[in-house]
Amino acid sequence: MNARFALGTLLTAFLLALILVPAGTGCNQAKHDSAPAKLRVATTTSLYDSGLWEYLEPLFEARYGIDLEVLYAGTGIALRYGEKGDVDAIVTHDPDREALFISQGYGLERVPFACSRFLVVGPADDPARIKGQTPEAAFARIAAIGSVLFISRGDESGTHIKEKEIWQRAGFDYEEVRRSRWYIEAGRGMGPTLLLAAEKRGYALTDKATFVTYGNKLGLVPLVDQGDILLNTYSILLVDPKRYPWVNYEASKRLAEFLVTEEVQATLREFGALHYGEPLFLPYCDCARGLLR
Amino acid sequence: MEELWRAVVKAFELIVSLDAEVIDITGRSLLISATSCIIACAVCFPLAGIIHFSSFPGKRLFISVVQTLYSLPTVLVGLFIFVLLSRSGPLGGLGLLFTPLAMVMGQAIFLCPIVLGLGISALRAVDTAIYDVAMALGANRVQATLQVMKESRYALAMTAMMGFGRAISEVGLSLMVGGNIKGFTRTLTTAISLETSRGNLEFAIALGIILLLLALMVNMIVGWLQQR
Repeated sequence: MNARFALGTLLTAFLLALILVPAGTGCNQAKHDSAPAKLRVATTTSLYDSGLWEYLEPLFEARYGIDLEVLYAGTGIALRYGEKGDVDAIVTHDPDREALFISQGYGLERVPFACSRFLVVGPADDPARIKGQTPEAAFARIAAIGSVLFISRGDESGTHIKEKEIWQRAGFDYEEVRRSRWYIEAGRGMGPTLLLAAEKRGYALTDKATFVTYGNKLGLVPLVDQGDILLNTYSILLVDPKRYPWVNYEASKRLAEFLVTEEVQATLREFGALHYGEPLFLPYCDCARGLLR
Repeated sequence: MEELWRAVVKAFELIVSLDAEVIDITGRSLLISATSCIIACAVCFPLAGIIHFSSFPGKRLFISVVQTLYSLPTVLVGLFIFVLLSRSGPLGGLGLLFTPLAMVMGQAIFLCPIVLGLGISALRAVDTAIYDVAMALGANRVQATLQVMKESRYALAMTAMMGFGRAISEVGLSLMVGGNIKGFTRTLTTAISLETSRGNLEFAIALGIILLLLALMVNMIVGWLQQR
């Protein structure tokens, strides 16, 4: 009798949960129109890993009364989400593919708001002697020595695309580079890629923010940080509501405006400085003025 | 190794201090995984009864296929749900992608083969005489099947627990269709994955410990219910 009672209770609880839980979640969906508008943004990993979005999200939500949902995705995936209309806006760092996104009619606007640098990092003893070289010359030396590994993201992220660009500018055929024995594709995010580079005592191209927040702990040092090609621009792209009528263009427009306000731009100049001794990003206007070099 | 010890301390701190975010994430993990497990059981246990007590051509093949699907990778189910629910996909109009409901759907689909296959095994373990006796005593087929299911309730409960364990520990599907949105679709496993990629290894391991403690608690509650 007891067992039957217990089973009965369980079953009732199961059935109740079955009815209530999806209904509860369904309510959230139905509220879409009346309750705070939802804004869904896919953002590149370096901005998220640095904690910038966790800092900006509550500020934005409080000011505009918009429920901001931030998805964590590399530039390649973020662009895909945008192309399918699954997000209202994307934040990426790959100007060429961003231009393509706009010209193909997926995005209506591109607003650059922050910048930083890419760095070539490697072991402190620098076996390929790349310190102080231009990025192109540094890559050429790594290829020439052939005994030290180069660890690539290998995931079509913004950083990976930049790496391909540098190989090309240095006069290499990327497909040949890829097949070299000294070249490893990590196929993972920036953090794990740096970890791999540290373990294998190899070189890697990284964004500055991830290196400062994570890579510094690993015993890798920055070796090359000069050259226009290493400029890293972060932009927000607003998905075109004419193409995908369900996207919340009003809200994404607000976010773009918010990111270039004097307040957020000033925040960028200081963000991370307290914790890491140097800012992780710069306001976009500073890069435009050439302060980066 | 020092990280491991620090992680244990950290996990303890997070639990004792009732860290709001950790409670939120843990509750969501529990709710999503329990719901998907309950749905999978509600659909598959009756189905297991029907399949076990009926004979049809290709029954053995069918069961083999179900058992093969135990190895279904969560990421593959995730991709399927993603394509289905994407705004440009066939069910895009529902706007379900990157919601907890999408995660429940995915997990339930991923659990079905496991719950169905193990459910059939559970019924098989019961003496066939019970079914025959029930029929002889004037029960109809549904009543006789229910009688057998009642006999195998411990094995079925274990199957449900196994399903819950798989659901709460999977990460590929949750990341893909949930999107790991803070305060909305972030669960214990997706948080572990995020903190790992951020290099917060202690925090990641601490969350892992909490996940295991949660599984232990659920197991104990089910065990206690069985004993009563």
